Amino acid sequence: MTSTQERPAAEIGAPRKRKEDARLITGRTRWTDNVVLPGMLHLAMVRSPFAHARILGIDTEAAENAPGVMAVLIGTDLADEQGALPNAWAVVPEQKAPTHPSMAVDHVAFAGEIVAMVVARTAAEADDAAELVDVDYEELPPALDLKASAADEVLAHPDLGTNVSAVWTFDSAESGTGQDVDAAIATARESGIVIEREIRQQRLIPAFMEPRSIVVDPTAEQLTVWSATQVPHFVRIFIALVLGIPEHKIRVIAPDVGGGFGGKLQFTPEEVLTVIAARRTGKPCKYSESRSESLMSAHHGRDQVQKVTLAATKDGTVTGFKAELLADMGAYLGLVTSAIPLLGALMYNGIYKFPAYRLTFTNVFTNKTWTDAYRGAGRPEATFAIERLMDELAAEVGADPLEIRERNWIKHEEFPFDTVTGMRYDSGNYEAATAKAKELFGYDALRAEQRRRRESGDPVQLGIGVSTYTEMCGLAPSRWLGSMGYVGGGWEHASVRMLPTGKVEVITGTSPHGQGHETAWSQLVADRLGVAFEDVEVLHGDTQIAARGLDTYGSRSLAVGGMAVLAAADRVIEKAKPIAAQLLEANVDDLDFTGGRFGVRGTESGMSMGELAFAVFQGHKLDGSDVERSLDADATLDPDDFSFPHGTHLCATEVDTETGGVKIRSYVSVDDVGLVVNPLIVEGQVHGGLAQGIAQALFEEAVHDESGTLLTGSFVEYLVPSAADLPAFVTARTETPATTNQLGVKGVGEAGTIASTPAVVNAIVDAVRHLGVTDIPMPCSPYRVWKALQEGTRS
Amino acid sequence: MIPAGFEYYAPTSVDEAVTLLHDHEDAKVLAGGQSLFAVLRVRLAAFESLVDLGKIDELRGIRDDGDALVIGAMTPHSVVQIDPQVFDHARLISLATATIADPQVRHRGTFGGSLAHADPAGDLPAVAVALDASFVIAGPGGRRTVGASEFFQGVFTTAVGEDEVLVEVRVPKYTGWGAHYEKFNRVAQQWSIVAVAAAVRLEGDTIAEARVGLTNMGSTPIRATAVEQALVGQPATADAVRAAAERAADGTSPPTDLNGDADYRRHLASVLTRRAVLAAAGTG
Ligand SMILES: Cc1cc2nc3c(=O)[nH]c(=O)nc-3n(C[C@H](O)[C@H](O)[C@H](O)COP(=O)(O)OP(=O)(O)OC[C@H]3O[C@@H](n4cnc5c(N)ncnc54)[C@H](O)[C@@H]3O)c2cc1C
Repeated sequence: MTSTQERPAAEIGAPRKRKEDARLITGRTRWTDNVVLPGMLHLAMVRSPFAHARILGIDTEAAENAPGVMAVLIGTDLADEQGALPNAWAVVPEQKAPTHPSMAVDHVAFAGEIVAMVVARTAAEADDAAELVDVDYEELPPALDLKASAADEVLAHPDLGTNVSAVWTFDSAESGTGQDVDAAIATARESGIVIEREIRQQRLIPAFMEPRSIVVDPTAEQLTVWSATQVPHFVRIFIALVLGIPEHKIRVIAPDVGGGFGGKLQFTPEEVLTVIAARRTGKPCKYSESRSESLMSAHHGRDQVQKVTLAATKDGTVTGFKAELLADMGAYLGLVTSAIPLLGALMYNGIYKFPAYRLTFTNVFTNKTWTDAYRGAGRPEATFAIERLMDELAAEVGADPLEIRERNWIKHEEFPFDTVTGMRYDSGNYEAATAKAKELFGYDALRAEQRRRRESGDPVQLGIGVSTYTEMCGLAPSRWLGSMGYVGGGWEHASVRMLPTGKVEVITGTSPHGQGHETAWSQLVADRLGVAFEDVEVLHGDTQIAARGLDTYGSRSLAVGGMAVLAAADRVIEKAKPIAAQLLEANVDDLDFTGGRFGVRGTESGMSMGELAFAVFQGHKLDGSDVERSLDADATLDPDDFSFPHGTHLCATEVDTETGGVKIRSYVSVDDVGLVVNPLIVEGQVHGGLAQGIAQALFEEAVHDESGTLLTGSFVEYLVPSAADLPAFVTARTETPATTNQLGVKGVGEAGTIASTPAVVNAIVDAVRHLGVTDIPMPCSPYRVWKALQEGTRS
Repeated sequence: MIPAGFEYYAPTSVDEAVTLLHDHEDAKVLAGGQSLFAVLRVRLAAFESLVDLGKIDELRGIRDDGDALVIGAMTPHSVVQIDPQVFDHARLISLATATIADPQVRHRGTFGGSLAHADPAGDLPAVAVALDASFVIAGPGGRRTVGASEFFQGVFTTAVGEDEVLVEVRVPKYTGWGAHYEKFNRVAQQWSIVAVAAAVRLEGDTIAEARVGLTNMGSTPIRATAVEQALVGQPATADAVRAAAERAADGTSPPTDLNGDADYRRHLASVLTRRAVLAAAGTG
């Protein structure tokens, strides 16, 4: 009766091709925009072309009379209904923020803010009518420059009275985790080395492949919402809280979602407005944004100014680190906008032993698109700062940048290690990762070539950049999140259901949007229950199926969600054991469970999980009403601590000193992400992450003109690299298991992005340091490299 | 985004196309749509009628016409790029075409569309100018031929009138010339920040004739005549070519944008000219 009797080969660690890929790659699947419902209406948004303006009046008459138009709604129509969009993270209790409407009522605070919405029979009619909405604006001076805005020179929200949302500080002397940083710097000024830098983390656009899309069906008892989101569970709760619809009357579905990178970790104005339109018209409504709308109005990322100071002894031993950050919130606080600098604030010490540390960040409003999570969220900024500084320290000392790092990093035998910021790094082996990277890279040969090119005055100079990073992964510990001001928790939930025919359904509260959870979770369960990989189906992203969950972001899915899946699978086995004992007429203590089979020790007698599932389904032979007629089990998991992946990345760049052009000659990444469930998926995450981190170093930047208009409003100007622009990556791993979860996994979603940006910039600076260049702002475009060379040669 | 509505016509002859353009107010020619539709979709422009040239067979193809090659306006980039006649007699066109965008765009986009669009950052206009191509234009009054220097009049502006169609382009044969297209951009799919088209004919080690065209150094493609003159009679050596290439930016007024200012572009023009000419001469 049952299908799979034999235990498959070990699944955990197997390079399985992703089962979801065929449908994702061909697009023959359930993207939100593919959802078509009877009688469905279409929305178009009218967006402010001005960064800062007062709305004097809106004339909707022409639009209302246009063909196919059912309704035109403006902010004053919705004032009572729309509520305010939530911010879920008060980084300080006194955090300030303007009210965040889904549709502007009388004031617009960034170019792209929605001022009106057209509901029409077809998408084309909605777009046509949107052009006829006539908005009368009175332009106001925009707050654009981050430093000037921090000084309140121009107010982004005059009613708020200031642009400063919050100021947050951590000081190791005050919290008793280290010494006083000012004293360390003063000493270093006298007898050591002090390195000071101002770094610009440029504004980036997440640029997920699938634009955001929402369909709302109001015609049944439950309001059903499809959304191209990373966080269906959040969306359900916030629709309830913001619009006052009872939570149990809402079902949210994130079908297949085409990328997010943090950009879809949001509760959006468009979601609120589509719900409102559907409820008002009583018909299903769809809104799918255009690429232009996506680039200008979906939240942006990064955008910080970092003033950093590193104090060290003459031999390059770091004695203190201080950072003052300005973080651009943009016009409003989104879900976790305020906490992005916080997520990196305790990681500027990287892999090193710093005796003293202080970090202050100031969150500042401007009249630009709001920022929020973008792959790495706070940790790329932290890693960039410290890894750039370590290269500068090496240059100052005149030592090899790897040697300087080794002098300062936490030794393998020193784990677990309590850092100067109060974090506990559970495990790590920086020596092993670095040794492996050096060897794969051919470090010494490249250094020799670099010397030759310098000596011969080659127009193409070679540089080597280092990045030895760590990051905190597995965004979870609910207690930590609460103590830092977040309103939600960080646990994760899973169910494992044994079906009568021996197949298995796994339900996860994480919400994949390209990560391959269906494959990896199948491997976990196949391994644990001893069933075939193909016999496991992973369900997710629908609040009616995956009732509990906190979704996917912050490299949490495997370390938190995957471990919940394992815990549920373990419970299935626990539940099955006494039943197996009953059916096999044996003592529980005499049973072994191996290879998916309960066997009576010392006999031939036994039963597979599949046979057991069918027997439980029949219930014929089960004795006692207290024996549950199901092997299904749920588990919820809330880890005690983060995990800390790390690694060593080495990059060699060739810099054409005549044009400023930069070519990555070779790139080696050795990552330690703990135990690997599927090496192909890890590889994919590393490759994609590297591309995104390299893109920050070389290509991408959201640029606004002096009136606040986004100049990089299409992919002609916003340069997302493709495979043709990237080198063949050499990737490898070391494996130091995490001690904070049962498998020893750590998380790999953000590692490549976090590590690669400083490796590339360090390599460029290293190539031209002898020509008088000590820094180049990102992205290091040929023009900027050329200008830096001009200035370097002059001075 | 969805373009505003328009009437769609698909004539099967050039005469029919010209009549349609003449008889309809606010009509626009549609070729491969790779530039036009981008503009229509973001609603930067709207036309009442589009006249699609895709069904006119006579506009497609490449033929040998004695001392010239004739390339039909509707020949897609993907065909031009691999055509052996173009490779033998006007290699600069093969090389420049291969740098345009990606295979998908090259399958839809057309040779004539690129020239008629006259984007200062487009790659084919500078090549046409360097090779002294001439343009056959059909209108209500019949056909006329204009030279490359007359054809390109400004940013997105050519000698083709509103009720006219670019039919074909005549390119004199440069059989046996060396050629190189040196394109400088930041990502593979990007338009040129600056590019240089160079073709040279060597006699022994000496440059007997040279053609140099510049992309994105002004509102129209530019022929670097000062460089051409300075090259003639010189040995094809790095030093001689470097000296000539110094003059690449003479008299240009290049744009300033996110990719660089005018000074940077002038500097690039001379570096890229040197590289293009040396590569064309086979000594790069
Ligand atoms: C992603 C992308 C990247 C690109 N990168 C590059 C690049 O690197 N370099 C480059 O040079 N180009 C590039 N292009 C542009 C490409 O070469 C286009 O194909 C070309 O510019 C227009 O050709 P088309 O046939 O698509 O013309 P269409 O878009 O159909 O028309 C363009 C314009 O020319 C007019 N027109 C077209 N044909 C005629 C005719 N026979 N007579 C009269 N008027 C006519 C149309 O009315 C319209 O105004 C890129 C395009 C895309 C989408």
